[in-house]
Amino acid sequence: MSASKVQLDRQGRLRHFLTVEGLSRRHLIEILDTAESLRGVAERRVKKLPTLHGKTVVNLFFEASTRTRTTFELAAKRLSADVITLNIAHSSTVKGETLLDTLQNIEAMQCDMFVVRHQQSGAAEFIARHVKPHIAVLNAGDGRHAHPTQGMLDAFTIRRHKPDFANLQVAIVGDILHSRVARSLIHALNILGVAEIRVVAPRTLLPAAVEGLGVRVFLDPREGLKDVDVVVMLRLQKERMEGALLPTEQEFFQRYGLTEERLALAKPDAIVMHPGPINRGVEIDSRVADGPRSVILEQVTNGIAVRMAIMSITLGNHARPDGEDA
Amino acid sequence: MRTAIRGGRLIDPAHQIDTVTDVFIAEGRIAGIGRAPDGFTMERIIDARERIVCPGLIDLCARLREPGHEHKATIASEARAAATAGITTLVCPPDTDPVIDEPAVVEWIRRRAEAAGQARVLTLGALTHRLRGERLAEMAALKDAGCVGVSDGGRPIANTLVLRRALEYAATFDLTVFLTPLDPWLDHGLAHEGHVATRMGLPGIPTAAETGPLARDLELIRDLGVRVHFCRLSSARSVELVARARSEGLAVTADVAVHHLHLSETDLSGFDSRCHVRPPLRGERDRDALRAGLASGVLGALCSDHQPHEPDAKQAPFGDTEPGISGLDTLLGLSLHLARTDALALPAALERLTWGPARILGLDRGHLGAGAPADICIFDPAEEWRVTADRLRSRGQNSPFLGWELPGQVTHTLLEGRVIYENDSARPPGDRP
Repeated sequence: MSASKVQLDRQGRLRHFLTVEGLSRRHLIEILDTAESLRGVAERRVKKLPTLHGKTVVNLFFEASTRTRTTFELAAKRLSADVITLNIAHSSTVKGETLLDTLQNIEAMQCDMFVVRHQQSGAAEFIARHVKPHIAVLNAGDGRHAHPTQGMLDAFTIRRHKPDFANLQVAIVGDILHSRVARSLIHALNILGVAEIRVVAPRTLLPAAVEGLGVRVFLDPREGLKDVDVVVMLRLQKERMEGALLPTEQEFFQRYGLTEERLALAKPDAIVMHPGPINRGVEIDSRVADGPRSVILEQVTNGIAVRMAIMSITLGNHARPDGEDA
Repeated sequence: MRTAIRGGRLIDPAHQIDTVTDVFIAEGRIAGIGRAPDGFTMERIIDARERIVCPGLIDLCARLREPGHEHKATIASEARAAATAGITTLVCPPDTDPVIDEPAVVEWIRRRAEAAGQARVLTLGALTHRLRGERLAEMAALKDAGCVGVSDGGRPIANTLVLRRALEYAATFDLTVFLTPLDPWLDHGLAHEGHVATRMGLPGIPTAAETGPLARDLELIRDLGVRVHFCRLSSARSVELVARARSEGLAVTADVAVHHLHLSETDLSGFDSRCHVRPPLRGERDRDALRAGLASGVLGALCSDHQPHEPDAKQAPFGDTEPGISGLDTLLGLSLHLARTDALALPAALERLTWGPARILGLDRGHLGAGAPADICIFDPAEEWRVTADRLRSRGQNSPFLGWELPGQVTHTLLEGRVIYENDSARPPGDRP
C-alpha cells in the first residue's frame, strides 16, 4: 500500500498529509483555495479562528527545526488548538525508547494531531500506519522524501504571482539530491499542470533517474534559468553533505549561485523563491535575496495560511466519520 | 534403522534421475534405488505416493543468530525450522558474536547443533581476524576444527593487499573462499539506486557497489588461480561478469538469495521494512537476469540468506530498521513457485538447492547415489500453503512473503536416515480430491 493510499480515507479525502505524490488536482486546489480564504486571518485584530478549538496538536520534532516548527505552532494557535512541541531528538530516543514507545506515550495524552519531522524517509508514513485512527498525521519533513506542506506553500506562493500554470516554467536550483522540498514541489507543480519544471544542479547533487519525477535536467544554469518565470533556490544543506559532493562553497556559488547577472537570464518579471534558511553568498547573493523579485519572506507568511488550511481539512475529515458527506 | 520410501517421484539431479521409484536406506546411507538390496528387512516404510523425494536441501547462507544475538533466534530454533522446511544442511557465515575466527567458536556451534539434533549446521570461518579485514585469521586451525570454507562474512575486505593474501593463504589449505562483493564506500545507501529510491528519498546503492569489487576480485582470482564463491549476487551485470569469468576457465561459482528472484525495488513501496535487505532489491531487469543466471547454471546455488529478527528490529522508519529476511520457511516454496513459471524446470530448481551447493562446498551430499548419506526431503508438490506468521517455524517472522500462497508441503525430512521432521497433518497419499 502506498503513502497516497494511507493518507486518504474511504471517500478519498485527506485524513493525513504525508506526501503530495499521488494526490489529485482536486485535493491540491482545495488546499490552495482554503489557504487563500485563511490568509486574511493574520491581518485581523484578533488573529484567531475557532476551527480547532478544543483540539490538541503535538509537534513531534525528531530533527531540529526553527522555522517549520514555529509556523506549524502559529498555524495551530490561530485555529485555536492547544499546541505542544516535543524536541525528541534530544530526549527519549537517547534513553533507548523506540519510536513506537514514544508514539504510544503521547497518544495516551489524548491528542488529535501529530506534526512530525524525522530524519528518516518514510517516518511520517510509518507513524500514520501506527497511530490510533482518530489522530491525523502531518508530515513536516521526512528524510529526503517529502516536505508536503512546504511544497504546497511554494505552489500557493507561485499561484498568487503566476496563476497561469499552463504556460509556466519553473527552475529549481541546487541540492536536489537531499531535498525533500524539491521532491514535494515537483509533485505539486506536475499535478497542478505546470508547463515545464527544470532542475539545475551539478551531477553530484542530482539523484539517479531524476527525469522520472517529471523534470528536465540542466547542468548549466545559463541554460536552465533562461526565460523561466520562477526560480526556486534550494538551501545547500551543509549538514547533509557526506564527503566529496562539491569542492567548495565558493565554486558552487560561482557556478550555480543566484546573482543578479544570472537572474537576468530569467523572464524580466520572474520571481525568486527559497524555502529558507538562506545561505547568503553560497546559493544566493544578498542583493537577489533582498531584492524586489524575491518573495522569500512572503513564502514564510503564506506557510502559516497553507498549514492552517491543511490542519483544518484533515481534522475536518476526521470529524466526519466515513460515509458521511461534507 | 532400515527405512523404505515407497512410490515417490524421485528427483536426484546429481544423477539425472526423475522417476517414480522406491528408496532404501540402511545405516544412514542410501542402500538401494528401485530394488532393495539382498536381505534388506524393513523396519519402517514411508508412503511417498504422489510426493517428490529429493536430497535434503543445503542452504549456503543462514544466520542462526547464535552466538551473540539469541534475542533474535537460536541454533536450536532455526535448525528446527530448517528441518520442517526440508533443509538438512545449514551453512552459517562467520559474522556471529564472537566471530567464527577461532576453533573454540566452531566447536561451540557444533555442540549446540548436535544437541538440537535437527538440521546439520556447518560453519564458514572468518578470512580475517574479527572480520576486520586487517590480518589473516588462523584458517588452517579453522579448517581442522571443521569449517567448510572461509568467508568475509558480508563485511568485504576493503584493503586489496589483505584480500590478495587471504586468497593465497586460503588456497594453501584448499579452502573455498566465500566473498560478498560490496564496496564499503558505495554501500551506504538503503535501496537500489534508481527511480524508486529517488522517488522515495532513500539513499541509493548503485550497481557498481557490487560490480566494482566483483571485477576487482575476479582479476585477483585470475592472477592467483584460486577458487572463490561469490555470495548473493543482486545484479544483471554481476551475472555477466561471473559468466565471462567462468567461460574463461576461472574457478568461480556464485549463488543468489531466493528473494532476489521474486522481489524488486518496486516492492519497497510504502517503505515496507520487510523488504529492507542487503544487497538491495534491484530492478526488474536484474531480477530477470538473476533468474536466467540460475537457469543457465552461472548461479549454481539458491540460498535463503536467512536473517531472523525480533519484531522491534523491523518496527521503525525504513532507514532505522535492520536489513534481512527470515527465509528458511519459504526457501523450498519460493523455489518451487519459480519452477512453475518458465524460468526454471523443477529438476534444475532442486539441483540449485541440493547438488549445486554441495559441489560448491565440496561435500559428498546433496545427491542420493548408492552409499550417499541419506539426507532426504519428501514433499507434496500439489499441496499449497499460505504463508502466515503462525506457519513460520523460524523465530524470525520478518518475511515479505506473508500472505503468499506457495506450493510444496514438506511431509518428511531425514538426516542420515533418521526422520527429523514428519508432518502428521499432511494430506495422506492417495487422498487426492
